[in-house]
Amino acid sequence: MEHAGEAARIGVFVCHCGINIGGVVNVPEVVEYAKTLPGVIYAEGNLYTCSSEGISKIKEGIAKHNLNRIIVASCTPRTHEPLFRAACEEAGVNRYLFEMANIRDQCSWAHMHEPEKATEKAKDLVRMAVAKARLLKPLEEPEIDVTPSVLIIGGGISGMTAAFCLANQGFKVYIVEKEPELGGMLRHIHKLCPSMEDASQGLDHIVNTVNSNKSINVLTSTVVKQVKGFIGNFEVAVERTNGETTNFEVGTVIVATGAANFEPIGMYGYGEYSNVMTQLQLEKLLKDGQLKKPEKVVMIQCVGAREEKGRTYCSRICCMTALKNAMLIKELYPDTDVYVLFRDLQAYGTHYEDWHRRAQDAGVKFIKYVLEKPPQVVQGENGKITINVYHALLDEQVKISSDLLVLSTPLIPQEGTKELSQKLKVPVGSDGFFFEAHVKLRPIDFATDGIYVCGTAHSPKDIAESVSQAFGVASRAAIPMAIKRLRVEAITAMVDEGLCTGCGTCIRLCPYSAIQKDEKGVARVTSVVCKGCGTCAASCPERAITMGHFTDEQVRAQALAALGRVFA
Amino acid sequence: MTFEPRIVGFLCNWCSYAGADLAGVSRIQYPTNIRIIRLMCSGRVDPIIVLETFVNGADGVLVMGCHPGDCHYIVGNLYAELKFRMVKKLIALTGLEHERVRLEWVSASEGARFADIVRDFTNQIKALGPSPLAGETPEPNLLQNVLAAQMAAESFRLRVLVGREKSLVDEENIYGEKLSQEKFDEVMNDAVAAEYLRSKIYLMAKKEPVSIKELSKRLGLPSQKALQHIVAMRRRGMVTVDRIEGTTPLYAALEMGR
Repeated sequence: MEHAGEAARIGVFVCHCGINIGGVVNVPEVVEYAKTLPGVIYAEGNLYTCSSEGISKIKEGIAKHNLNRIIVASCTPRTHEPLFRAACEEAGVNRYLFEMANIRDQCSWAHMHEPEKATEKAKDLVRMAVAKARLLKPLEEPEIDVTPSVLIIGGGISGMTAAFCLANQGFKVYIVEKEPELGGMLRHIHKLCPSMEDASQGLDHIVNTVNSNKSINVLTSTVVKQVKGFIGNFEVAVERTNGETTNFEVGTVIVATGAANFEPIGMYGYGEYSNVMTQLQLEKLLKDGQLKKPEKVVMIQCVGAREEKGRTYCSRICCMTALKNAMLIKELYPDTDVYVLFRDLQAYGTHYEDWHRRAQDAGVKFIKYVLEKPPQVVQGENGKITINVYHALLDEQVKISSDLLVLSTPLIPQEGTKELSQKLKVPVGSDGFFFEAHVKLRPIDFATDGIYVCGTAHSPKDIAESVSQAFGVASRAAIPMAIKRLRVEAITAMVDEGLCTGCGTCIRLCPYSAIQKDEKGVARVTSVVCKGCGTCAASCPERAITMGHFTDEQVRAQALAALGRVFA
Repeated sequence: MTFEPRIVGFLCNWCSYAGADLAGVSRIQYPTNIRIIRLMCSGRVDPIIVLETFVNGADGVLVMGCHPGDCHYIVGNLYAELKFRMVKKLIALTGLEHERVRLEWVSASEGARFADIVRDFTNQIKALGPSPLAGETPEPNLLQNVLAAQMAAESFRLRVLVGREKSLVDEENIYGEKLSQEKFDEVMNDAVAAEYLRSKIYLMAKKEPVSIKELSKRLGLPSQKALQHIVAMRRRGMVTVDRIEGTTPLYAALEMGR
């Protein structure tokens, strides 16, 4: 059904949400008020508009009163807009002719002790929604084809796991690894906690699986040079270290670039004394069987992590790593004293706490230090180093003369993360790791469709978690490739060619490079690339850009309605 | 009756609007005065609409976006900030209290911060009292000033400068030159002042044809400056000579654009 030219026939459905709204806001009064607004043909209150009964009421209203704009005043569009839009669509009203008034999360719940003022606010919010709804235009979501192949950036455990999952589903996989061989960080790890098997065993198996799979094109000593396009249609250029470039097309992109280990130069004598090293360096000694028997070993946790500023985060794996390596040393040399100096020991989950207990039983000594009085490291006698630590629980200074000091340092963003984020037009967070679309609900998607993230490229995590995320992204990326045709976002910017002078301001500021000059010298939006932020429209010097669903007229109408200005 | 300010909030969908939802979900209570308009990104907030909201009697305008570095659209909030800086500059010229408009960053997890900001801003506006532009009889001089600011925000020159600030300051031009922030600010300040004055002249000339002498008196400008603006405005097709009285030309505004 097309509603573009018709006069607005608006239906308003005001939800009680049980007592969540109805207990504060006078819903019948809001319903009566809605009926007085220009363009409103029908209004009613519902106990729960989102219930199947409420949804039926919307559909009935559309059929009975020939409504062509629907407003639901209820919880928040962030959770319920898709449901109500679908109801509109099923009843023959374009899903973009729907508008919501947030009278629960931003009204009844926030003004629980002011029912009269909350009711007035709810009326205003409904009036604002009506003002906008009158100007809404139907929008169509464009359909695109999806190339059934995937680019995986990073050949560590995460990238390889995603690669064989997708290859097994029949998709062509390109896996790009900057190092000469696959494996990533796992190549430097000795034993896996908690199973204590050799890391190399599991690794060799998966590397062989990936290398021998005919659907997987392994590109080592290679980096991504350029990624252009959009979901279903990415054009990729990669470059080998010898300068050779290759181009190919993919439908989806997975970021699995991993993380780097923080080098604590200048901290606790690191770089100064040869017997001060990181956990990763200790792993290598253990792996190569070159750790000579130390009398005493000290490990310091949270070195360069959980700082006041800078690396504020917990790196998640270091407590487990210290427990594991402390136990390995104890196994090798039972008489060696191992001290773990910690701020808070975060041996989370079902396995690691058990390791904490076992380490205590095995005689590993745990000393809690505080940030205000961090351990001090000084040169000792006979090549030893002395660690002075304020024992927070005993309230006294403890001095340990040690042969080996091991620093537990955090995972930090991989080198080149920022550059890659710019190539892919995806964000990095304040910690410098890749930043997901939603921390809880979309933890491995980027806001940009068709690009996904897994493993330590996203944040520090252990192998099991990285592998879980790799399985996750494989299934996320498989969805559009299996469907083959996709409907993409309809809320996009449009350029009025008559007004555009080709100044190029929008082209420079579009974060997605969605705007180019066409052969006539005016700006043109590639709507499948546009994410609908509207920054271009708010900046266009000629005001030639219309931001769909959030047009100047619509936003202005809402603002004026908020101020009680009448509209007719 | 106690003064209940009318505050309009422009919030981005992903961070600040979600933060506002979280305040509600957490049952954090804050004053009822704010009316929130949801946009996809704070970068969508056009300076024109902020100024127009004041013209139409808002007591306060609160723009909220994601914290720098957390923008759902990578850098939309940075553009929001650049535009907002221009709004602040224009408002400073009008004489409207600059405390009536504020830009804040609120993340989706900062429900309490959202409520704190709204509470604080509402109290601030309450302390200021009603906007002189609110109600049936807006203060006429101030109204002309804010209308002039709105018109300046519509000008090609200011919009180009704001839209290009980031690329001008961050990237080199084809000659390998980069503009320093100080230099840019200098250019921007001059442009804001000039476009604001020109818009004021335009609005005066729209009411009735006006001479250079009259303009310089009403704007407190040296007549040489007023003449320079008129020359620039004639070139842009904003004003024309309406008639000549004695030896004095009177300038009238031309209908422009949309």
